[in-house]
Amino acid sequence: MRALRITLAFCALTLALGPALGADQADQIIRGGDQAVLGDCAGCHTQPGGRPLAGGLQLETPFGALIPPNITPDRDTGIGNWSEADFRSMMRTGIGHEGVRLYPAMPYPAYTRMTDQDISDLWAYLTTVEPVSNKVEANQLPFPFNIRLSMAGWNMLNFSEGAFTPDASKSAQWNRGAYIVQGPGHCGTCHTPKSILGADKDSQFLQGASLQGWFAPDITGNAQSGLGKWSQDDLVKYLRTGVNAHSIASGPMAEAVENSTSKMTDADLTAIAVYLKSLGPGGDNAQPAKPDQARMVTGEAIYRDNCSACHGGDGAGAGALFPALTGNAIVAQGNPETLARLVLAGSQAVHTDHAPTTPSMPSLAWRLQDQEIADVLTYVRNSWGNAAPAVSSGDIAAVRKELTQ
Amino acid sequence: MTRILPRKDVVIVGLGWTGAILANELTDQGLDVLAIERGPWRDTATDFNIGYAQDELRYSVRRDLFLQPVVETMTMRNDPSQKALPMRDFGSFLPGNGVGGAGVHWNGHTWRFWDSDFKTKTNLASRYGAARIADLQVEDWGVTGAEMEPYYDQFEYLAGISGKAGNIKGQLQQGGNPFEDARARDYPNPPMEMTYAPAMFAEAGRSMGLHPFPTPSANMSRSYTNPLGITLGQCTFCGFCERFGCANYSKSSAQTTILPVLMRKANFEVRTNSEVLHVDLHADGKSARGVTYVDSSGEEYFQPADLVLLCAYGLHNVRLMMLSRIGRIYDPNTGEGTVGRNYCYQTNAGTQVFFDDKNFNPFIAAGALGQTIDDYNGDAFDHGPLDFVGGSGINCIPTNGRPIGTRPTLPGTPKWGSAWKKATVQGYKSTLSFSAQGSSYATRNNYLDLDPTYKDRFGRPLMRMTFDFPDNDIRMSNYLSDRMEDIAKALGGKQYSVARLKKGWNSVPYQSTHNTGGAIMGTDPKRSAVNTFLQSWDVPNIFVIGASAFPQNAGKNPTGTVGALAFRAADAIRNHYLRNPGAPLVQA
Repeated sequence: MRALRITLAFCALTLALGPALGADQADQIIRGGDQAVLGDCAGCHTQPGGRPLAGGLQLETPFGALIPPNITPDRDTGIGNWSEADFRSMMRTGIGHEGVRLYPAMPYPAYTRMTDQDISDLWAYLTTVEPVSNKVEANQLPFPFNIRLSMAGWNMLNFSEGAFTPDASKSAQWNRGAYIVQGPGHCGTCHTPKSILGADKDSQFLQGASLQGWFAPDITGNAQSGLGKWSQDDLVKYLRTGVNAHSIASGPMAEAVENSTSKMTDADLTAIAVYLKSLGPGGDNAQPAKPDQARMVTGEAIYRDNCSACHGGDGAGAGALFPALTGNAIVAQGNPETLARLVLAGSQAVHTDHAPTTPSMPSLAWRLQDQEIADVLTYVRNSWGNAAPAVSSGDIAAVRKELTQ
Repeated sequence: MTRILPRKDVVIVGLGWTGAILANELTDQGLDVLAIERGPWRDTATDFNIGYAQDELRYSVRRDLFLQPVVETMTMRNDPSQKALPMRDFGSFLPGNGVGGAGVHWNGHTWRFWDSDFKTKTNLASRYGAARIADLQVEDWGVTGAEMEPYYDQFEYLAGISGKAGNIKGQLQQGGNPFEDARARDYPNPPMEMTYAPAMFAEAGRSMGLHPFPTPSANMSRSYTNPLGITLGQCTFCGFCERFGCANYSKSSAQTTILPVLMRKANFEVRTNSEVLHVDLHADGKSARGVTYVDSSGEEYFQPADLVLLCAYGLHNVRLMMLSRIGRIYDPNTGEGTVGRNYCYQTNAGTQVFFDDKNFNPFIAAGALGQTIDDYNGDAFDHGPLDFVGGSGINCIPTNGRPIGTRPTLPGTPKWGSAWKKATVQGYKSTLSFSAQGSSYATRNNYLDLDPTYKDRFGRPLMRMTFDFPDNDIRMSNYLSDRMEDIAKALGGKQYSVARLKKGWNSVPYQSTHNTGGAIMGTDPKRSAVNTFLQSWDVPNIFVIGASAFPQNAGKNPTGTVGALAFRAADAIRNHYLRNPGAPLVQA
């Protein structure tokens, strides 16, 4: 043991005395680590509790299942025999080592906006990750989607390669925010509605989308369904801690906060907030039709019995513990999928160092029928200043079916 | 065939309040900590689901969260001349089970014992003469109130206690308990808003010159974030605390104050549904080498560890010591041996006052929402002209108005039929209850040992409990019944009934899950099982943490003191024991 220590000390000494390149490389690896945080590589490529980047949990897409592969530098089962050029090509075009075409579940349509330097840094970092031998068969798709060559056509139709172009009329901070959101942060991968081919509908950028049984909400400046009521500080607080006065992250966003946004620098979080706050209200701000009064009465009774103990008689919630239902974007989405899921399956809140409580919404699927959930959600969506379309029992039934499959 | 597992720095037996506190402190110290818990994992949203947490039949009547006698029971008798018989069902007291332990289903009364409680023996002897306590086996704890203060403070801030200080740094505070010792600062949260019955009780008490104050409560009076960053919610007064897990994150427990942080630590692990059979000692019997446990499939494991912490329920700590041959079992004939010595309980009596024209809405309640009068507690009053020592807190804490259990009726009402039904309708809303929770002082013949006859499912002897209320405690309790009668008269009402405790402890009706002693702390290894840091005198790499360490019980709920002792033991391990592991912190 003592001998080993001496050897290590000697190596450290040699490193310290080495050429300036060594220090540069160290800096690059540190910057690359930051890029891995911005890009949330771990969110998909690390299983909860698993070895870092050695392959993730199965992703359900509308086309079938994919498993995020092992991206450690293991030569046999990871990307140890890739070159930096392979990696750059993959990030830029979705075409990786030996010309293999990736599916856009890997968000190369966003990563293509990254700068050469950032991609190079990220590569430098990935080469330093501990290699793990773990064979992952990424492609679980059914025919014909399992033919990777089909992605050539997909790219032709849906993909445009190219780095982020700064807007010279905006501040450096705004441009930094735009770069993260559109590029490495790949926010649109979840929050932008998809075409029938699974491509981003750019005209509805960040207006909210359904994926993996959750509805990723509108994060434009829309005052009703988006973040129009959030201040810049609200946004920074949410991204840093997972919790603010309006909402508590759970589901896939909890993962994004835990692995990525909570580890970003305050400067980057502020830049993201500046950019998002500059986005106009996507979609329309039209008031939805007022729901049926009888359903509101029923919904209120169900709310008092089942929800008010935590969320309050007035929907005000309790700080970091029980989310407010007033002015909460999740409540106000056109699509009630996440709401239905929360009531049926429950959900545990994000864990960050700033918000360690991890309170849970209990499952009420066993207690409330579809029509009752539809009524109580309709009530919540149209009380205390909220206004969102009524929820039907069919909406609930669809989510219940998905959850029980 | 016992499987041998990789070594751990620390093994903790039981993951309730004390286990979670110690685990959190020692993982902060960088140690690799394993907790072994006999019962299941328990978590708020899944196990205390808001939709069924308030199921009185399941949790209160059928006691779903409690230890079942098939898992472990004990034998009982009132005095050494009798043959002890096994309790086929727990009744008088209800030990906990599972992660969070009894802290999951407590009411939340969170007291500090007083300096005079910690010096029971010397204080009583000097004030009233040694003859007054000749029939008793009371002891000093070996600590002072001032030494305990910072650890009480730590526990109260961890648990977010709602209350009103009576004495901050020697300055008496209006509205608090004037009899308490000085504390460094007020409670972290203000007192809970009072309901009608305790407000009326307090008014009556004040009119008599007594000093009522809000009971310190682990039910949150407001949303609170503790020093670990964990947030609890404001109590909704649903009235389902004792025997229930809290669905609203409003009652402090390991789940709501520690586990969210602890469970995330890479150097902590819990193995649930795993029962420790015994602690394994080295051949010389002077140090522990680990524990042997069995999982739910019946597989047996040896878990080596450098430090073993017994953090089970106090009674189970004592039995594990006996089964593991840690120290010597107490013998009442010779007075020798320390393990099992000074088993004590709690000496309770209740009062009901019946009204015609009052509606107390008893269903608006919380486990520790009420008022206490300490004028007749401990040594707050002069016992000079009296024939006993000790005392009781008088508590009006209407914890619940649950429909099955809350059926107060006038004395003389039939026990069933239409007259009973009519009386319960009348009595439900208009009855005010309060009670005296009294000290329990040790005697030579109240003790714990191993039963010579009855064995558990693993073939290990059951523990035998020999207990009756000492004559001193009966006289104390009856004196308190008189004082309660005074208050009942002042309250008005058309009728009242005051219970008077008699000899012959009965293990069937519920009384109190405040079993104390059996592995008591002290400064003399001949009369205590652990030193004042709860370290075993006989096996110094074992600490025994819990109410098992109380030399006798005060007229107060034990949890506050248990939590403070846990923090004190953790402090001693972190700052002293680890500098020289395996060595005694106190030289005998």
